[in-house]
Amino acid sequence: MGESMADDLLRAPIFGSGASFSDLLKQAAVSPPPGNGIDKPLHVPEGTTVLAIRYLDGVIVAGDRRATEGFQISHRSIEKVFAADDMSAVAIAGAAGPAVEMVRLLQTELEHYEKVEGERLTLEGKANKLSQMIRANLPAALQGLVVVPLFAGFDEARNVGRIFKYDVTGGRYEEDDYHATGSGGKDARSSLKKRYNHGLTRDEVVKIAIEALFDAADEDVGTGGPDLVRDIFPTVVSITVDGTLEIPEDDIRALFNELISERREQMLLPHEHTVDVRRPRRGS
Amino acid sequence: MPYYVPPEQLMKDKADYARKGIARGKSILALEYVDGIFFIAENPSATLYKISEIYDRIAFAGVGKFNEFEQLRIGGIRLVDLKGYSYSREDVTAKSLANAYSQSLGNIFTSEVKPYECEILVASVGDTTNENELFHILYDGSVTDRQGWVAMGGQSDQLGSALEERYPDGPPDLKDAFRLGEEILQTVENRSMPPANLEVAILDRTRGRRKFRRLSVAQIEAILA
Repeated sequence: MGESMADDLLRAPIFGSGASFSDLLKQAAVSPPPGNGIDKPLHVPEGTTVLAIRYLDGVIVAGDRRATEGFQISHRSIEKVFAADDMSAVAIAGAAGPAVEMVRLLQTELEHYEKVEGERLTLEGKANKLSQMIRANLPAALQGLVVVPLFAGFDEARNVGRIFKYDVTGGRYEEDDYHATGSGGKDARSSLKKRYNHGLTRDEVVKIAIEALFDAADEDVGTGGPDLVRDIFPTVVSITVDGTLEIPEDDIRALFNELISERREQMLLPHEHTVDVRRPRRGS
Repeated sequence: MPYYVPPEQLMKDKADYARKGIARGKSILALEYVDGIFFIAENPSATLYKISEIYDRIAFAGVGKFNEFEQLRIGGIRLVDLKGYSYSREDVTAKSLANAYSQSLGNIFTSEVKPYECEILVASVGDTTNENELFHILYDGSVTDRQGWVAMGGQSDQLGSALEERYPDGPPDLKDAFRLGEEILQTVENRSMPPANLEVAILDRTRGRRKFRRLSVAQIEAILA
């Protein structure tokens, strides 16, 4: 960064870019996430399940760790849930590259606003900012680089956790109880539909989130389950009045182990199957 | 018809003007304490701050004309956020920010009709006291790299000599730093300052990524208890 640019910034009128970091980026001609120049769909990593659930004290956000590229696994331990600031988190689904970049821009944007203005944006304000960023990505989305995050946070004015889902045009929709998105989103939602009710505690919602992710991984090839060989587990973050907190990996591991043994008990023993699952009979 | 003014006279007049402006404002003290850097200022307003966060480890303090140091503060935030976003968070340093401020203030002092009537401090907390950095930047762009404490504003000379005498050899704990700062401010300014009229903040190295924290009246009372 040259000296003259630094001088321009320090002497720029305060109302130049206001408290918006994105506008500042445009002025400084640092390229924000890409737009055009691609004329056919590219293969990009996109299989995912991420979800958010409201509970008594706030909201949790969880996501699996697998990134895929076509039928290949491109990453086994990618992070899809990020704290946007102290009071909100964003989970990404869609093309990994632009999605991660969008999160980084959102994080900088929120902190920039907070420092310049001396107070945090409202949750509504943060959700709208993300909406504009998704809309700005529309040309890239039309080329196949779709980004549809899930945003959740604690609303300090209303004292509740809130969940926002998005569509590819930046349309923003608030969810009452829970939502899941990504290639395994439908499976996770079906799982949550049977388990969710109002007034659950944090431990209870973490448990149903783990179960929903397990079910999604069971049905969807794009979603990674618990990787017991490499010891990689989905991430879960809770957001309450006290801020964001990542649920320790040990707790997640214990919950998965518990769930797996529960599921085992529900399964038939191999010799009780009508279809021989171990050795399908040939020719019958 | 242009008149000849000797540069010496011009600079002296500008410096006198800037100093007069700064002397009208209230003072700020910054003290190194065990876990970082402690800032204290008399400020009856609970919303217009003199001390604020710039980046993860860096804080800003300004005295003098509010609109001028406020512009420098916002410019500084813009500069470091851009740098941290373009490169990495670790590439943002207090030294380069202090340098940018120094260049800007120096240019303004020499080429503008009116110099800025403000003085600023760029402070950065390190992992140890030795790695702390305190850059005191004057209205004409001159920078001094300080250790232990910095006094800025109208009464900075008297505050400085009081601190020279009373600041301990090693960094004090937060409680002692607060007591020392509060007492020296009140003695030099010769009036009592209830906690509600004080602006207090710390750069605390024991905190997470963002080390800056403002202390409310309740938090100050908890520290003193």
